Amino acid sequence: MKLNLKIWRQKGPNDKGKIVDYPVSDVSEDMSFLEMLDVLNDDLVRKGEDPIAFDHDCREGICGSCSLFINGEAHGPGKGITTCQLHMRRFKDGDTIHVEPWRSAAFPVIRDLAVSRAAFDRIQAAGGFVSVNTSGNLVDGNAVPIPKDDADKAFDAATCIGCGACVATCPNGSAMLFTAAKVSQLSLFPQGKPERKRRALAMVEQMDKEGFGNCSNTGACEIECPKNISLEHIARLNREYLAATVTKE
Amino acid sequence: MPRQGLFGSSLVKKYWMALTGLFLITFLVVHATVNALIFCNDGGVTFNTVAHFFGTNILIRTAEVVLFLGLILHIVDGLMLWSQNRAARPVKYAMEKGGANRSWYSASMGILGTLILLFLILHLFHFWVRTRFNGIEEFGVDAAGQENLFAVMQLTFSYGGGVVVYVLGCFSLFWHLLHGFKSAFQSLGLNHKRYNGFIAFCGTAFSIIVPTLFALMPISIYFKWIQ
Repeated sequence: MKLNLKIWRQKGPNDKGKIVDYPVSDVSEDMSFLEMLDVLNDDLVRKGEDPIAFDHDCREGICGSCSLFINGEAHGPGKGITTCQLHMRRFKDGDTIHVEPWRSAAFPVIRDLAVSRAAFDRIQAAGGFVSVNTSGNLVDGNAVPIPKDDADKAFDAATCIGCGACVATCPNGSAMLFTAAKVSQLSLFPQGKPERKRRALAMVEQMDKEGFGNCSNTGACEIECPKNISLEHIARLNREYLAATVTKE
Repeated sequence: MPRQGLFGSSLVKKYWMALTGLFLITFLVVHATVNALIFCNDGGVTFNTVAHFFGTNILIRTAEVVLFLGLILHIVDGLMLWSQNRAARPVKYAMEKGGANRSWYSASMGILGTLILLFLILHLFHFWVRTRFNGIEEFGVDAAGQENLFAVMQLTFSYGGGVVVYVLGCFSLFWHLLHGFKSAFQSLGLNHKRYNGFIAFCGTAFSIIVPTLFALMPISIYFKWIQ
C-alpha cells in the first residue's frame, strides 16, 4: 500500500523542528510500524539523506524503548500494544499518518522522534527499590508467605515497561501511572513495606522536580498503557503518600 | 527545590482539590434543599422562613465564611494545577485524538470551573450582595409578613436572558460534577473494586439531580409554574 507519512524532524535538542512529508509505497500490511520506518530509513540513506532517529530495541513489546505518537495516539491505534507490536494492517492504502515524539517538558527531544526518558530513571533511583543486606545472610524470598491477591496486583504493576506512553497521552503530561506502578509493585510486598513511606515521599518529590504535570484522573493513561496498568495503582500511591505525609516526623 | 508545605507536592494539591470539592458538594446539597422549598408553591412563605433562619443564624453565617474560604482554596489550587499542567507540555501535538482515551469534560475541568465561577459572580451579585448589603425591603413582605427573598427570585427570573444564563450555569455544573465527584474519591485514594461502581453511580446521580433541580427553579418561576 501507499502512505503519506508526516514525520517530526528535529536535528537536536535546541533545533526548532518541523513536520516533513514522506510519501512511501510498497508497504506490506505484515510489516510492523517500526519495520516500515526501517524501509523508509533505508531509502533515505540510499538518497544520501539523514535517516529518521527513533527509539527501539527488543521489538517484542517488553523493553519499553519504542515510543511514537501515531495519528494522535501513544503507540498508535489499538489497545495494549507498543509501537513495535503495531502492524501496518491497521492502516488503509492512501492513509496519511502523523508521527510525532512524546511531548513533555520532562522528556526533551534528543533527535527527531527520540526523546530522553532519563527522568523516569531518576524517579526510580529516588526510591524504586528494596534495600537488601547482601553480606551473605540472604533469606530465600519464597520463605516469606505473600497473599496471592497481593502478589497478582504487584505483578500487574511490575509489568510497567517505563515506555512513557502515560506521560505522552496525559493531557497534563503527568507521570503518575509510572510512579504509581513502581510504588505499588514494591509496597504490596512484605519486603518493600519497611521503606514504603520514604519511597512514596521520595519518588513523588522526584516526579515533581522533573516537571511532570498533575494527575486529574482523566484515565487516558490507563487506556493507552501498553501493559494495561490500572488507575487502581494511582489510588494506592495517593493512599501511600497521604499516609506518609501525615505521619512523617 | 523539593515542593513542600501546604500546597507543596502535586499530590497535596490534589488532596486539597478533592477535600474542597467534596466540601462544596455538601454545600450544594444544603443550597439545593433550601431553594427547593419554593416548590411548596405557597407564595414563597416556607422558603422565606428557612432563608431568614439561614441568613440570621450565627452558626450558618460562620459556616458561610468557611464556605468562601473553601471556594477560594478550590479556585487558587485549581489555578496552580492548571498552570503547572500547561508548563508540563510546552510543545503541543500537531495531531491529538483526545477522544480516543478520555472524556472531553474530564480534560476540561478548568474551563468548566471558569464558566461556573463567572456564573457564580453574577449569581452572588443577584442574591448574596442584594440581601447582605443592599437590603430587600423594597420587595415588601410575603403572606406571613416575612422578608420576601422569593420576590427577589421572581424579579431575577422574570427576564428570559437571566433564565438562560442560569440554566447554562447549571449545565456547566453538571459536567464539572460528573467528573469531579468521582475524581475526588480517586484523588484521596478511595478506589476499591467493590465500591467503585457505587461511587460512580452516586456521582452521576448527584450530577444530574442537583443541577436539574437548580435549573428548574428559574424555569418554573419564568413560566409561572410556581408563584
